[in-house]
Amino acid sequence: MVDITPADAVPPAEVAEMELYHPHSWWTKYVFSQDAKVIAIQYSATATAIGFVALSLSWLMRLQLGFPGTFDFITPEAYYQFITMHGMIMVIYLLTALFLGGFGNYLIPLMVGARDMVFPYVNMLSYWIYLLAVLVLVSSFFAPGGPTGAGWTLYPPQAIMTGTPGGQDWGIILMLASLILFIIGFTMGGLNYVVTVLQARTRGMTMMRLPLTVWGIFTATVMALLAFPALFVACVMMLLDRVLGTSFFMPAIVEMGEQLQHNGGSPILFQHLFWFFGHPEVYIVALPAFGIVSDLISTHARKNIFGYRMMVWAIVGIGALSFVVWAHHMYVSGMHPYFGFFFATTTLIIAIPTAIKVYNWVLTLWRGDIHLTIPMLFALAFIVTFVNGGLTGLFLGNVVVDVPLSDTMFVVAHFHMVMGVAPILVILGAIYHWYPKVTGRMLDETLGRFHFWVTFLGAYLIFFPMHYLGLIGIPRRYAELTDMTIMTESAHHLNSFISIMAFIVGFAQMVFLFNLIWSIRHGREAGGNPWRATTLEWQTPQTPPAHGNFGKDLPIVYRWAYDYSVPGAKEDFIPQNVPGNFGLSKEPA
Amino acid sequence: MAIALVLVLVVVGSVLFHFLSPWWWTPIASNWDYIDHTIIITFWITGVVFAAVVLFMAYCVFRFRHREGSRAAYEPENKRLEWWLTVITGVGVTALLVPGLFVWSRFVNVPSDATEVEVIGQQWQWSFRLPGKDGKLGTSDTRDITAENPLGVIPGDPNGQDDVVVEAADLHLPIGKPVKMVLRSVDVLHDFYIPEFRAKMDMIPGSVTYFWFTPTRTGTFQVLCAELCGQGHPLMHGVVMVDTEQDYLAWLGQQQTFAQLSAPQKTGSADQATASGLNVAAKLETVEAR
Repeated sequence: MVDITPADAVPPAEVAEMELYHPHSWWTKYVFSQDAKVIAIQYSATATAIGFVALSLSWLMRLQLGFPGTFDFITPEAYYQFITMHGMIMVIYLLTALFLGGFGNYLIPLMVGARDMVFPYVNMLSYWIYLLAVLVLVSSFFAPGGPTGAGWTLYPPQAIMTGTPGGQDWGIILMLASLILFIIGFTMGGLNYVVTVLQARTRGMTMMRLPLTVWGIFTATVMALLAFPALFVACVMMLLDRVLGTSFFMPAIVEMGEQLQHNGGSPILFQHLFWFFGHPEVYIVALPAFGIVSDLISTHARKNIFGYRMMVWAIVGIGALSFVVWAHHMYVSGMHPYFGFFFATTTLIIAIPTAIKVYNWVLTLWRGDIHLTIPMLFALAFIVTFVNGGLTGLFLGNVVVDVPLSDTMFVVAHFHMVMGVAPILVILGAIYHWYPKVTGRMLDETLGRFHFWVTFLGAYLIFFPMHYLGLIGIPRRYAELTDMTIMTESAHHLNSFISIMAFIVGFAQMVFLFNLIWSIRHGREAGGNPWRATTLEWQTPQTPPAHGNFGKDLPIVYRWAYDYSVPGAKEDFIPQNVPGNFGLSKEPA
Repeated sequence: MAIALVLVLVVVGSVLFHFLSPWWWTPIASNWDYIDHTIIITFWITGVVFAAVVLFMAYCVFRFRHREGSRAAYEPENKRLEWWLTVITGVGVTALLVPGLFVWSRFVNVPSDATEVEVIGQQWQWSFRLPGKDGKLGTSDTRDITAENPLGVIPGDPNGQDDVVVEAADLHLPIGKPVKMVLRSVDVLHDFYIPEFRAKMDMIPGSVTYFWFTPTRTGTFQVLCAELCGQGHPLMHGVVMVDTEQDYLAWLGQQQTFAQLSAPQKTGSADQATASGLNVAAKLETVEAR
């Protein structure tokens, strides 16, 4: 079991170090930068900015749902535009961009011991194309007819028809164009992350010594590179249907009494393409969160992650399985009903590796030395919300149970809990954790704790009761919850309560934003390794790390990322680049 | 420390909410109480797991919180424990999946004595078609839709002549008889959903989909559209009335057949003509007024 590389047995460098690109002007250093760390901050700032747009949209829709008929400017048309843009921004332009473009860019080179990404120029292009995609998306708010209101799933035929906001205006065209740009930009970044992990690890950093953060981001990126092309072709085909009048997804249709010039297309083909991307997308967001939270728990509980190898295989297994479960989003879509047997089985099987991850997180806490820092609090809150959202997935994944619940508020509650709240709690915890490395200063503790409690409890109070609205049978995507026999007075009250909680949780995010900005100058000085962590990003000579990350010599890795509280060692952590087998390190091999 | 207490409160609060809150499913009106049973099984299994995991966490946070001089244990792996947990999870998953698939096979296999009833969705109203005396629905095609033939029944098909057409009005069903709902759409995706029946299925233009059920109590039930179908989606309500056999036959006697409707001096379905034309606002007004 003992697998510590002795200091005299370090493998020799196979290739000479590559010459690093050095910027010469302010512009190439801070704007058109090829440094992954700068690109990471650009990605994160853009994603956060557009994320606050999505947050405002959620407030607007909650105003309508919580207090129907009070706000005249929220017409059904506007409501559908709000939900569509909210959903698409959160899933693609915030979560995917922030986890992969933000955390991926910052952490991969530092954690694997590289000076930068392997293709810095392409990496820079990746960000600028992402920014362009965001701008095209935002421009649809100002286009004639406004943004598309087709729902974030963009199901044809309605997505490109008159009865849907933006369907026959600019909205849907700009949305599809923006997605196409996003995918191009992402592919450039994604290839970088994968090749960097595979090719640029420092000496001694074997794959089975990578921190789980890197494993999560790496696997998610591989998945994204395989899944996004399905969305890409779906977007191109729908764009052709809309602009050139082809019929990929359009059968013969009579729209409000008028025969349309389409024939022979298949609306359900789009759904297959969309979910072939869409389900892996859930894990593209979840796996980085899984990885990061593993490292947060381990560091702040001062204990090695329990079952590291099982954790790695669970990440890889979930990644692979997530490509054969997509049609569980389509149990009541009208696809052949016998598919239900297959997809229910694969979907419930995926619960097993997922459960293993949960067990290993809580078993890492067992006999730990738990420091209740803010990152740790967010990690604990993640486990609660993720377990809750994961378990309601067992309702929706089990085909026949899905029948009454599908397309109801139960689904909204489920996916917000599992891929909205849970990953965002990880993102927040991760920001509290790595902010000191990025800026050299700590975030304010008091504001941080306020932010944590309001966000965790508020989000739980929003989404836990919402499941029961779905159990009543209240459909999702209803701009007006009136004239419905199942919509009781008490259900209306519950909706108002949920809306009020949504405003409070949103407000707490403003406090967080203030903390982020305020602490850059006024935060307590952090030093290089405030959490006394083992991984390489905390061992850089400068904080924030300088261009090239590691000074003259790259670090050499002698041990896994989890040597916390090794019996016999003086400190309760041994960084990965410290040689020598003191104590009784039992790194799994 | 507060967090340990809060974790316990989350579990206790969630369980109390589940049992005490007034928000629960509607009284069932079909044979699909099997589905309700599988939901109950799922609630029990997932509820126990949720409580166990979160309470275990709360205990760990309380018991192993940092104190001066405390140090974590060092135990990278425990193969036995990991395998045991995997096996137990597998058993739990199987306990959910087996009853689920069993009920699904009932759901997708329509009994041979089920009567076909066709539902046609369009923005934003429901229409229905019942087979006439021959017991067969005539074939249909979206391309045959006109103001006089709003459901697109193929005029030359003899099976279609005696079909009963219920356009943009209530559907009646007899109690205790299995029905196969045959679902069509003429424009976008819709989803025929009645919460009390527990069943739903999307309707796809260009395809025919289905589900079946047996109404088990008389009454009036609201039809909702459960698949986003444009601006009028939340207004796309309909009504299904489950009648005794006698009431049902009385209602059926008042309906018109396709042949009667397509005769030159037609009497019904005048408002369809007024609602035609690509005017969303006018269409929405018609729907809202209904």
